[in-house]
Amino acid sequence: MSDVATARALLESLGSYGSHFAGDDVAHLEVSGDEVVGSHLVPGLDVDIEQIDDGIEAHIHLREGVRIANPVHLCFGMLPTEGLQRIVMKVDVDAGSFASVRAHCTFPNAIDITHKMDAVVNIAPGATYEYFERHLHGAEGGVQVVPKTLVRIGEGARFKTEFELVKGQAGVIDFDYEADCDARSTLEMITRIIGRGHDTVTIRETGRLNGEGARAVLNSYLALRDDARAEVYNTLSASAPYARGHVDCKEIVQHRAFAKAVPIVEVSHPLAHITHEAAIGSVDSKQLQTLMSRGLTEDEATDLIIEGLLS
Amino acid sequence: MGILELHDITLELGGKPILNDLSVDFWEGHVHALIGPNGAGKSTLASTIMGLPGYTDHSGDILLDGESLRGVPVDERARRGITLAWQEPARFEGLRMDRFIAAGAKEKSRANVERMLTRVGLDPERYLDRKVDKTLSGGERKRVELASILAMEPRIVLMDEPDSGIDVEALQRIFDALAYFKEMGTTVIMITHSMAVLEHAEHAFLLCNGHILDKGSVDKISGYFANNCIPCHHENEPAPEEEMITA
Ligand SMILES: Nc1ncnc2c1ncn2[C@@H]1O[C@H](COP(=O)(O)OP(=O)(O)O)[C@@H](O)[C@H]1O
Ligand SMILES: [Mg+2]
Repeated sequence: MSDVATARALLESLGSYGSHFAGDDVAHLEVSGDEVVGSHLVPGLDVDIEQIDDGIEAHIHLREGVRIANPVHLCFGMLPTEGLQRIVMKVDVDAGSFASVRAHCTFPNAIDITHKMDAVVNIAPGATYEYFERHLHGAEGGVQVVPKTLVRIGEGARFKTEFELVKGQAGVIDFDYEADCDARSTLEMITRIIGRGHDTVTIRETGRLNGEGARAVLNSYLALRDDARAEVYNTLSASAPYARGHVDCKEIVQHRAFAKAVPIVEVSHPLAHITHEAAIGSVDSKQLQTLMSRGLTEDEATDLIIEGLLS
Repeated sequence: MGILELHDITLELGGKPILNDLSVDFWEGHVHALIGPNGAGKSTLASTIMGLPGYTDHSGDILLDGESLRGVPVDERARRGITLAWQEPARFEGLRMDRFIAAGAKEKSRANVERMLTRVGLDPERYLDRKVDKTLSGGERKRVELASILAMEPRIVLMDEPDSGIDVEALQRIFDALAYFKEMGTTVIMITHSMAVLEHAEHAFLLCNGHILDKGSVDKISGYFANNCIPCHHENEPAPEEEMITA
């Protein structure tokens, strides 16, 4: 298949997600397996790519003060049924700049695919970096997703990340995000996952509020059915005055699914404040009955409740 | 024959009879008001007609168009045209209002959802993107409930204290909704503590200790309010009528 055809096939598998990849002022990069099959850059954004074994190493550099108006689209994927894709990413976001990245990960035919991501992100003071990762997996659940990310958030900088896997079967997800937060910085991590079949999800999110007035929220929303299993270990620690944080985990469990949430909060400064909340249970029966009294079947009602929770 | 008939319904909850050999007919396209003191069994009656889990193990029978609803689950009753507006409607984290209203709507278009919001006095521009969650006030949530039910175009609507916890403007919207139900030919069964709402009914029923103690015209039953909501005297055993209704 030609690069263009592969890129198109990847984007098509994303459905409506793919429709944004157009226009001269929209930066995008498409990686199929270990090959770049399409790319377009905008001024102020540099991307260096090297091929490595079974993947690529990308160095993404956003120059000082550059504010990129349109979301930057990254598409990682594999069309075959099996294989390994390794993405090593080094992201440098210079002072005062802004970018919002949408990473679309698509493995529509996966039977035995491993997608590994190792990212180191440096956000300089006053910069804002958003990274939204959406996964689309096939119905077989044959994907193993192993993202590891280490983020350094400089003074007054912001990092917001969302990870969403709601279509297709998750497979195995082993998710590990860590962030160090300097003074007055903001960290927001949101995870939304629907697990089905024999999906296994492990989430580890850690935020360290090292600087005065740093703020963080770690939110995980999961809906698990069939024999899916999920374990969520979210840790927030604060060691500076006026650091504030909240850890929140909501999981809906149906059928034989299993969920475990371990929120850890650590405070080592008397002027810091961290809270946590975890709720695991079946779908709320009053919500269910309300929708059923409007004529929805139990399954339809459950899906709608979960859609809301994961939105 | 009424559209909905209850024959000798007895329901025990927690080992106590909460509905007590209750029989009542509701007439197609009419507005019925159900009044009675706290704990009389009004909400229980609504839940029983809706067939909510925990309220199905009753003796006697409920007939819709002459056909028994025994064993018919909530969603199937809803699809046959019965619905319930909760006194304290549920909150749904993250669920958009348009999705909620469209979910049970007969016509699911955005235009129809907007029409229903407007009908209950909520500006679509301001509310369409809101969530049906804890950020809505109690009164707003009840209006959304009403919008959802109007959109459903039910044959029979059970309204549990539509007037509780709302302001005067919202009360007017309930009257508008009642007029609209009347126009659609919907049978209304509403539980109320409000004299103003009661006046919009065509038939009234006084419920006490799980039993219909008195029924008739609104004028007749409204004597109950005039007499400052006399509570039932005998638990589990209806008091004689003359002792209760001293109009
Ligand atoms: N699940 C239940 N188990 C035991 N008792 C109940 C249950 N639900 C309601 N009751 C009791 O039934 C009676 C009627 O309640 P309800 O129907 O809510 O009254 P109303 O709506 O008329 O104020 C009350 O005494 C209440 O405490
Ligand atoms: Mg009640």
